[in-house]
Amino acid sequence: MNSLIIAGLLLVLLGLAYQSGWSRSRGLVTTNGVKVHSRPQYHGAFVSIWALVPALLIVGVWAWFGPGLTRSFIVSQIPTDTVLALDQVGLNATIARIMQLASSYGVAGEVLPFEQTAGDALRTFNFISFLAVICAAAVAGIAALLYARSQINARLRARNIVERVINLALLACSAVAILTTVGIVASLVTEAYKFFTFIPPQDFFFGTVWNPNNAATGGNYGSYGLLPLLSGTVMITGIAMLVAVPIGLMAAIYLSQYADRRLRAVAKPMIEILAGIPTIVFGFFALVTVGPFLRDAGRLVGLSINATSALTAGVVMGIMIIPFVSSLSDDILNQVPRTLRDGAYGLGATKSETIRNVLLPAALPGIVGAFLLAVSRAVGETMIVVLAAGNAPVLRGNPFEPVATITVSIVNQLTGDTDFTGPQSLVGFALGLTLFVITLCLNVFALFIVRRFREQYE
Amino acid sequence: MTDMLSTTRQTAIERTKLVRAGLRRRHLNEAIFRGLGLAAIVLALGFVAILFVDIGRKGIPAFTQSNLHLTVNFDPAILDIEPAPVRADGQSDADFRAANLVWQRKVALLNWNKVIEASLRAAAPAGLEIDTRDLLTIAETDSRHVVRTLFVENPDLLGKTAEVDLLASANATNWIKGNIDRSLGDAQQQLSAPARALIDTLVDNGTISTGFAWSIFTNVDSRAAPASAGLLGAFVGTLYMMIIVIFLAVPIGVASAIYLEEFAPKSKLTDFIEVNINNLAAVPSIVFGLLGAAVFINYMHLPISAPIVGGLVLTLMTLPTIIIATRGALLGVSPALRQAALGMGASKTQMVFHHVLPVTFPSILTATILGVAHALGETAPLLLIGMKAFVAQVPATPFDQATALPVQIYLWQGNENRNFFEPRTAAAIMVLLAVMIMLNGAAIYLRSRLEKRA
Repeated sequence: MNSLIIAGLLLVLLGLAYQSGWSRSRGLVTTNGVKVHSRPQYHGAFVSIWALVPALLIVGVWAWFGPGLTRSFIVSQIPTDTVLALDQVGLNATIARIMQLASSYGVAGEVLPFEQTAGDALRTFNFISFLAVICAAAVAGIAALLYARSQINARLRARNIVERVINLALLACSAVAILTTVGIVASLVTEAYKFFTFIPPQDFFFGTVWNPNNAATGGNYGSYGLLPLLSGTVMITGIAMLVAVPIGLMAAIYLSQYADRRLRAVAKPMIEILAGIPTIVFGFFALVTVGPFLRDAGRLVGLSINATSALTAGVVMGIMIIPFVSSLSDDILNQVPRTLRDGAYGLGATKSETIRNVLLPAALPGIVGAFLLAVSRAVGETMIVVLAAGNAPVLRGNPFEPVATITVSIVNQLTGDTDFTGPQSLVGFALGLTLFVITLCLNVFALFIVRRFREQYE
Repeated sequence: MTDMLSTTRQTAIERTKLVRAGLRRRHLNEAIFRGLGLAAIVLALGFVAILFVDIGRKGIPAFTQSNLHLTVNFDPAILDIEPAPVRADGQSDADFRAANLVWQRKVALLNWNKVIEASLRAAAPAGLEIDTRDLLTIAETDSRHVVRTLFVENPDLLGKTAEVDLLASANATNWIKGNIDRSLGDAQQQLSAPARALIDTLVDNGTISTGFAWSIFTNVDSRAAPASAGLLGAFVGTLYMMIIVIFLAVPIGVASAIYLEEFAPKSKLTDFIEVNINNLAAVPSIVFGLLGAAVFINYMHLPISAPIVGGLVLTLMTLPTIIIATRGALLGVSPALRQAALGMGASKTQMVFHHVLPVTFPSILTATILGVAHALGETAPLLLIGMKAFVAQVPATPFDQATALPVQIYLWQGNENRNFFEPRTAAAIMVLLAVMIMLNGAAIYLRSRLEKRA
């Protein structure tokens, strides 16, 4: 309610300031007939900025310090011996009761006399402080408005000032991306560092047993070996690439070199539908359809395949990254200069010979870059693996058995737990850091290759 | 001289022969290669088709639901309760609420299952021998809450009867739909033999009817009463997050793209920002979840499993996509437009905001919708900020506990009652996919429309 009033008043101030700057600027033109440096809307914006900044500052300061001040005011209204007799919880309960009394909602049960007086006092205090903040903000805003208005003359470079402010705002926005990276790195590194105070890094990075003792009390935390998870990740990623690379690359080649325009217009978006489907849907599909299908197919040929296994997760993940591989490869193939292709045709090569012997070698670096990006996508994929890989963090090489990956273990160790005190949850950050570094290296390397490739043909 | 010529001709003829001989093989290879390409396309499209058909086949049955139409008698012999408290003059809000709560607590302690049982027995053929526990397995366990809520809202019902539509239990629905093999023995059936017989009778006499499962859209999640579990809570949670993403990611993303593309001086710093954004776009989504858990929840103490945190995390995740797309759009604006604006005396800021940005509007809009659609389907980061919690309420504000559509799918697929929840999960997926298809369709439609006009 109060915040709505404040927002409304700020809007009114904004409108007033803009209008006053605008009209003054117009006045300059009509009375003097001189050339004014900036157009009226810039003067309006100039005055608005001046008026809004101090008002916002005051409101912001109150929003930051207000609750603390209110609380200490309430405590000062409660008789001292009562405060001393109450523990923290009791004090909070009393404060909550007084706040309810002040909001005239009332409280259940008998109202103590000191609560009534404190409640009344709080109501007055709230009202006065609210008024005071509004008045202070209004006075500051209007004073700034008047000052800015007095500054307006024909030679004021209002446009340049407003544009500088806009520029600053834009710069602040692009800093968000940097802050995100800083936030990711800082939170991963600090929490992972805490983890390594419990478990030495060599036990984490080279350990072959993953068995976190989730119910641990005391010193027995269990073992946190990365290798079983890493092997699971590598295995699933490998299977996914075995599925995605041939299909994706061949689809890209066919679409960019053979298909007529109509087929291309239909097939390309249809394949890209796969990229838009949420991964949880693929996970469900893997769990209830692909897994049982692979199990039955395996039984037919005498293989024992688990319904939830590295194979299931890998195949479905491969399907998921087909459009990723195909659209990136498509882009890359289209960037190879026409002259190379025409040269090959001129020598009498067939289309497939041109593609295999000229086009692909020329596009190879770019395509490798695309594959690396696809690998990085597969390594970080979570939901398919959570649902369909069976969650068995054991070091083994059989793709028909359940496995676990880094991402699965992050989810298992961290879900719903925000009490980051033991290695059981902190390990999530160490795993996250590992994952981040792996994908970062893959991405940087891949982007480097792709960029080099583009430059080569520009 | 002639000798030499003839030798050249000789070799040329031989070469042609050689080429001709190899031609068959080469054309065969060409056909094979082409066939492989076509096969890859067919395979990829086949996967799309199989996925959609499979989800549809599993999900469509879940949109129907067995309803139980009962005549409920609010018998004072079972419901031993005084009339609801009336507000006295001068009573404060809090006191009245307290008195009302006491009354409601008494109402809650009544044996509502007895009421359900009596009405079920009334609907069953006369003289049927079935024990109470078996009988109650037919109605969903939330029936007593439904009837109780009806009574709390209309306390005058005491001693009267009312027609009430209840949900048949998940097990009963499974039996009616044939999700469970009817020939299985008693030991493997979830319902007892008399209950199964009674269900069939009730279906025949019209007490149990099948209708569209509106409850999927109007109810919140429920564990105790699976048949009444719905998506409303998750839907509202997702809606809050999408609103947050749109209101934060779009302005910030577009603004930083404008800065980087138009204003930023070419320096080490802007290079760094650029590399940075490209990398952020490829960081696994789960890492953003870790960021959210560590920074927003652990450090800033924002509420756990709240849409506000989810929205912030998804905003950070969507930002790079929007920035990259907007930069691409800005880069594509013809230099002639810029030079014309500058030549007419516009400042750089005016040139960008008055001339360049409006032209890129269709691309930015499309990128935004696609980015939001992507954020909509994201699950992993939400699990890490605790949105996996079971929430049986519609979140009133973005600061309340909530789940999201994809997380609801995750929770349902893990439910033990597989026979019932597998179709229902597929139905939830269909709802999610429908929303995404609508968003993508809107993006395509808007782009084609706006580009035509531009």
